[in-house]
Order: sequence, then C-alpha cells, then structure tokens
Amino acid sequence: MQKYIVKRLLLAIPTILGAITLVWFAMQLAPGDPAVMFVPPDFQGEEAEAYLALVNEKYGFNDPLPIQYLRYMRNTLLGDFGTSLRTLRPVTEDLVRRVPNTVRLGFAAFLLSMAVGIPLGVLAAIKRGTWIDGTLMVIALLGVSMPNFWFGYVLILIFGLFIPILPPSGLGGAKHMIMPSIVVGLSIAGSLARYSRSSMLEVVNHDYVRTARAKGVTEYNVLVKHAFRNGLIPIVTILGINFGFILAGSVIIEQVFAWPGVGLYLIDGISGRDFPVVQGAVLLIAIAVVMANLVTDLLLVYVDPRIRYE
Amino acid sequence: MTHAGQDQVHKQKIAQLEADELLHISGVRRAWYEFRRNRFALVGAVFIIFIALMAILAPVVSTHDPYKQSLRKRMKPPSAEHFLGTDELGRDFYSRLAYGARVSLFVGIVGTAAGVISGTIVGLISGFFGGWTDTLVMRVIDVMYAFPGIVLAILFVAVLGPSLFNLIIVLAIWATPTLSRIVRSNVLSLKEQDYVQAARALGAGRARIMFLHLLPNTLAPIIVYATLGVAGAILTTAGLGFLGLGVQPPQAEWGNMLSNGRQYLRKAPLLMVFPGALISMTVISINLIGDALRDALDPYIQS
Repeated sequence: MQKYIVKRLLLAIPTILGAITLVWFAMQLAPGDPAVMFVPPDFQGEEAEAYLALVNEKYGFNDPLPIQYLRYMRNTLLGDFGTSLRTLRPVTEDLVRRVPNTVRLGFAAFLLSMAVGIPLGVLAAIKRGTWIDGTLMVIALLGVSMPNFWFGYVLILIFGLFIPILPPSGLGGAKHMIMPSIVVGLSIAGSLARYSRSSMLEVVNHDYVRTARAKGVTEYNVLVKHAFRNGLIPIVTILGINFGFILAGSVIIEQVFAWPGVGLYLIDGISGRDFPVVQGAVLLIAIAVVMANLVTDLLLVYVDPRIRYE
Repeated sequence: MTHAGQDQVHKQKIAQLEADELLHISGVRRAWYEFRRNRFALVGAVFIIFIALMAILAPVVSTHDPYKQSLRKRMKPPSAEHFLGTDELGRDFYSRLAYGARVSLFVGIVGTAAGVISGTIVGLISGFFGGWTDTLVMRVIDVMYAFPGIVLAILFVAVLGPSLFNLIIVLAIWATPTLSRIVRSNVLSLKEQDYVQAARALGAGRARIMFLHLLPNTLAPIIVYATLGVAGAILTTAGLGFLGLGVQPPQAEWGNMLSNGRQYLRKAPLLMVFPGALISMTVISINLIGDALRDALDPYIQS
C-alpha cells in the first residue's frame, strides 16, 4: 500500500510540471510576437512601442526559448503567476482573494450533486426497466445535455424576473448562492446519477449479491450493505473527476451570475486580452484538478481493499 | 428487480431474437435490431434528422435573409410573418436559427471527426507499441485531463484567436485524450489474442496488424464515443460562443445567438430561450443515440 501511495504521489509531480509546460507552450502558439499580447489594446503608436520594449525586457522575451521556459517554470513553482497587464497587480494575489468564492460555490454544488445524483442513480438501478428508471434517466440526461449557462439564464428568467424571489446575480448571503450552486450542481448530478446507476447494476449481478439474497437478507440490506459498498468504488473515482467539471462549469456560471471567483477572473482576463491572468487562472484550475485526482486515488485505497494488497 | 427476474428477461430476449430469426445473424444486423428497439434513441434519431435537414436546407426552409436588418422591426414577438419574432437588429429569428444549425452541427461533427482520427491513431500506437511510447503518451494525456471540460479549449482559443478553423482544431484537441484512452485500452486486451499472434506469425507488419486487425475490432467503442463526442463538441462550441470565443457575430450560431439574447432577457426572453432549447434538444438526441449504440454494440453491457 505504501508503495502505491508513494507511486501515486510521485505521478502527480510530472503532471503538474506538464500542465505548466502546456500553458507555457500554448502561449508560444500565439501568432506573431508573444510580447504584443502583453500590450493593452488601448495603447497606440509610440506608446505601444515603448511598452513593447518594456515588456520584452521585463518578461525576457529576448532570451532564448529554453531560458524563458525555465524562468516561467521557476516563477510558477514559487507561486508567482506574473502581473496583470491591466491592473498591474500580482495575479497570485488576485487569485488568492477569489479562490474562497469559487470554493464556496463549488463545495455547495458538489454536495448538491451528491445528494441528488447518487440516490437517484441507485433508485433507478433498483427500479431498472420500469418507468421510474426511464423517467429518472431522461431527467439525468437532460442535466448532462443542457448548456448549463442556458439553464442559469432560464432560472434567472423565472426566479429573478417573473417570480422575483431570488437575487439574479452577485455576491451576498445564502440566497445569492442558491441559483448558481443549483446550476453547477445539477448538471454534475445528472452524470453522477448515470454512473451510480450503471455502477450499481454491475454489482447487482455478482454472485455474492445472489448469495446474500439466497440466505434471506432483506432486499434493502442487500442493496445498501452489500451492493452499494462495492458499487461505491467507481462512484468515488467519478467524484474526483467531477471536481474538475465543477471547476470548469463554474468558469461559465460565474459569468452568468456575476460571481467574483476564479472563473469570472479568467473570463475577464480573456476579454481584456490580459494573458498573465488567463495563464494564472487556467493553471490554478489544472493544479487543483491534479490535486483532487490525487486525493481521490488515495481515498480509493481506503474504499477498495484490493488496492492495498497490490 | 431480482436475479431470477433478470434471467427471465434474458430468456425473453433470446426467445424474441429466435422468433425474429436474429439469434444467428451477424453482429451488425443484430446491433441494428437492438438499436431499433430503443424507442428513446429513435426519437433522438428523428430529431437529429430533422435538425440536419434544417441545416442542409437552410436556404430553402428559411423565410427571410438571416442577415437582413430592419430597425423598425426590432425584437418583435412571434407573428405570421416572423414565426419566432425578430432579434435586436430586426433580423428574422427563425431563419437565423436555421442557418445557425449549419454552423453548430458542422463545427461539432468536423471537430469531433478530426479528434477521433487523431485519438484513434495515438491510442493504436500507444497500446500496440507499449513501453516508453505508451508511458509518454499516457502522461501527456494525464496532463491534458488536468484541464477539465471547456478550460483546455479556452486556453487555446484565447491564444489562437476565435475563428471557425481554430474552433475545429481546439475541438479536435479536446476530443483526442478520451478517444486515445479508449482505443488504447481495447488494443491492450486485443493484441494478446490468438488471431493477432497468428497474424504476427504469418509475418504481418506492424501497420498491417494495427490497421487491419486491431482497428476493426475497436470500431464499436470508437463509434459510440465519436457519437457522444459530437454531443460534447456542440456543447463546448456553444460554451465558447457564449464566452465570445466561438463563432463570431454576425454569423449565426446557436451559442453566440444565446449569448446575444441574454442582454435582452427582460424585453425579449425568447431570444435566449430558443437557441438554448435547440442546443439542449440536439445534444440530448445525440446522447440518446450514443447510449443506444453502446447498449446495442456491446453485448456485455446490459441495458
């Protein structure tokens, strides 16, 4: 088991380094001089020229590429994501201030998706082949297939404008969190319900479940104590993957509800052509995803004893 | 349902197949038979055919020029002349939706196709050669998975700039990791099978084994995930369009129409509601087809 944990920890390192490399590499794809992207679009003529020279010196765009790469890698690993072009504030500082908002929204969405997705998936598996199963799975598919930003606007339309009982946007009390977390949570809940169902169905066919039935265990105990425990293993993996999708989902949803988190920061960075901001936010998401996958895999050690004996 | 109940279902299924003289026929025909029996998938298929026809025949079925503006007819409600009303520049909304279907479907299908091809090749090579090649490819794919959903697409479009071509490239990059993982895991189990060993013993080259022996046997999962991939690609395109990184206005595309419509949520909510509803229904239909294909093509997954 220790070997597995050490191996898994070591695997996360090249993935994070790779993510930093990918973000750096993406910037090299920019057509023309990368320094041009660092010049705010409202700078014209000589002003732009002067700024360009400044940028080239400050960011070392005149250095050979390998040197630039290593410098970017070093700065990032030391937690320095560069400086915003528009506000001239360190990106790291901005991100640190916004992370709690995204975490709050993400956590609420995560809990909601589990509370809705897993029970519905298990219920559909128990009632497989019936109209309950069919209806639940169509609803789950609806959750997966709707563009979540559209769902967000439909909710704003209904609960913000037609029956104004919820604030349509912004940061505030618990009321402000209801709509965004429902929107992010429900699309994840849909996929979670689908996975939970198929994961349960796989387990239900095993011999030990049949044995449990044969020796007279009640149907409820068969499902909850026997089937669900093993059915949970793939679900735990999915929860880790969902963490990433919640982050990705909140990128767009924060824009819909003007929720000042990492996602809105990223989108502001894109519309302002503020490339260090885009790099920083994307990288932060990637590192969070790698960490979440790491935690999931370590959690699996406790859920699935087979890994311990490998 | 109890286990005895499942056995019952299986017996019924076999009896049904026998009655239809389908038990001993080829896999493709049986898969088609299984697929046809799935009513949800049929509804999805009918809707997709409808949308595809709307896209192909957009110049025929549209009632107005989708780009002709009329300042006197801004944001009009649905009427006899304008089935779904007009948008904020007085353009016929129904015609714009029909033309928008073209872009959304085209980008989704072409982007996914490119991703399926590159993902299949990467997966074949990675699984077949194994060793260092495999380790390296899988590490790169792990890195790509660190950028969930739309984030990877955002990163590349933000740099490359939004254009139809870049959008397709980005969708191809987006679809590659999933496809390569699926193809790879299939190749890993297939390459140890006797028929591959036999081909090798007969002196078949690597390329021949990969493309003539391994590829045909991984086609089923490739088809399934290509279908589901189109659904994902359409959603991603819409998301990018919403963020202003997708197809650029004035060209009609469902994502940017939706994004446009949100500014007029109060005055003309339909401008936001319709494109989103069309995206949702299209994506659901494709997903239903994909699910049914998975059930029909994989004899080991029970519906």
